[in-house]
Amino acid sequence: MGIGTALAVAGAACAALFAGIGSAIGVGRGGQAAAGVVTDDPNKFSQVLILQLLPGTQGIYGLLIAFIALSRMGIMSGTPAELSVGTGLMYLFACAPMAFVGLVSAMQQAKASVASIGLVAKRPDQFGKSMIFPAMVETYAILALLVSILAINGIPA
Amino acid sequence: MEDKQFIYAVARVRHHELSLLSDQFIDRLIHSESVKAALDTLNTQGWDGDDPDSILNNQENSIWDFVSELVDDLSVFDVFLLKNDCHNLKAAIKSSYMGLKPEDTPVLDRAITDPATVIKAVSEKDFSRLPESMQQSAADALEEIFRTHDGHMSDTIIDRATLDAIRAAGKRSQTPVLSLYSEVTIASSDIKIAVRGADTKASREYFELAIAPCDTLDKDELVSAALAGKDAVCEYLMRTKYADGVPELKKSISAFERWCDNLLIDYIKPQIHNPSTLGPVAAYILARQNEIKTVRIVISGIENNLGDESIRERVRAMYV
Repeated sequence: MGIGTALAVAGAACAALFAGIGSAIGVGRGGQAAAGVVTDDPNKFSQVLILQLLPGTQGIYGLLIAFIALSRMGIMSGTPAELSVGTGLMYLFACAPMAFVGLVSAMQQAKASVASIGLVAKRPDQFGKSMIFPAMVETYAILALLVSILAINGIPA
Repeated sequence: MEDKQFIYAVARVRHHELSLLSDQFIDRLIHSESVKAALDTLNTQGWDGDDPDSILNNQENSIWDFVSELVDDLSVFDVFLLKNDCHNLKAAIKSSYMGLKPEDTPVLDRAITDPATVIKAVSEKDFSRLPESMQQSAADALEEIFRTHDGHMSDTIIDRATLDAIRAAGKRSQTPVLSLYSEVTIASSDIKIAVRGADTKASREYFELAIAPCDTLDKDELVSAALAGKDAVCEYLMRTKYADGVPELKKSISAFERWCDNLLIDYIKPQIHNPSTLGPVAAYILARQNEIKTVRIVISGIENNLGDESIRERVRAMYV
């Protein structure tokens, strides 16, 4: 396997790795807040569970980008293409938006989720509104996902 | 304390904030026709107990039981508990002076140092059993009361050491709410000492001993003002951040105490929107102590037939 292919695989790995780390941290923080609320009011379980899970989507997006990139490289089918260094770098940079925006947005979304869980703890009737605040952060993860998909698809085979 | 623990703790505090007493509830409580009616009203909020003392003690204990579930190390809240240690040390010294049995010493259970240790340390004059910040003041206060038979001076020595310890604990906490609490506590104590001392024409030596240094007041200026009289103290305070409290101070010390308590509640209110630091937990403790103090004032007012308006003038603003 050449350096080009290694760089491309590194790009795919970064997308799954960093976005996954961000989501793991985010869902973990949300879980602590959710557990705090459910300790005193188990009836709010379903509401806080949804808020806890919101920062988990970045990990899924990272995984998706990794799959697309690895498929395009032929690694999923067991016939990896020999890529030039230039093409490998293109894959690496194409995966970068999802990797870094995924990491940061999941951690920031967790903060919004934790605050929203606090809101639901005090005002359960505001659950709908409380979902919107962390959901706004999702916009940027989706934009990064789109850019990464478009960039990967644009790399010459 | 790690960040993750704050998140869990703050989420639990958010739920418990729902059961904090509101200004409207306190207003209803003031309107109670008798102490029994007031206790019945409190029962509806989960304040259980047979008599006012047991209700208030249960509530005080419930604060620390709850906080103990949230944090492994309660030392971050030393700033709140130091006054209980101060009370216990004063009680132990007076008990020793009066020759009371240890079991007859009126101590508070919720303190940083085990009350039994404090009583034993004083009775055996082995002050090394006490925390470092209490050792010297305990020895000095005990010596003072036996030498001069002046309980007030003995208390002053302990109060001063406690204020210094509160200041150190506030700075050590690195939590704005706790630092603020320690600063306002020390400043309000200093101001009260200055005014009371000015009324009784206390000496410079007394003021130097009793007034603790703090960041928002200049000790030298306050001492000089106290020596010149109450008006000079008020004049000095007009140049400080406590200027708004001067009209209350002119009314009475208790009106000024109320103003200080309300000032603290105003300061901590932003913690209602703080999602993940220690601030909301500290604010919750302060809010709970504030409502216990307020309920005590209301019940005492009803017991003494003070009248609604008179009680209302004494009650504190609520956190929620």
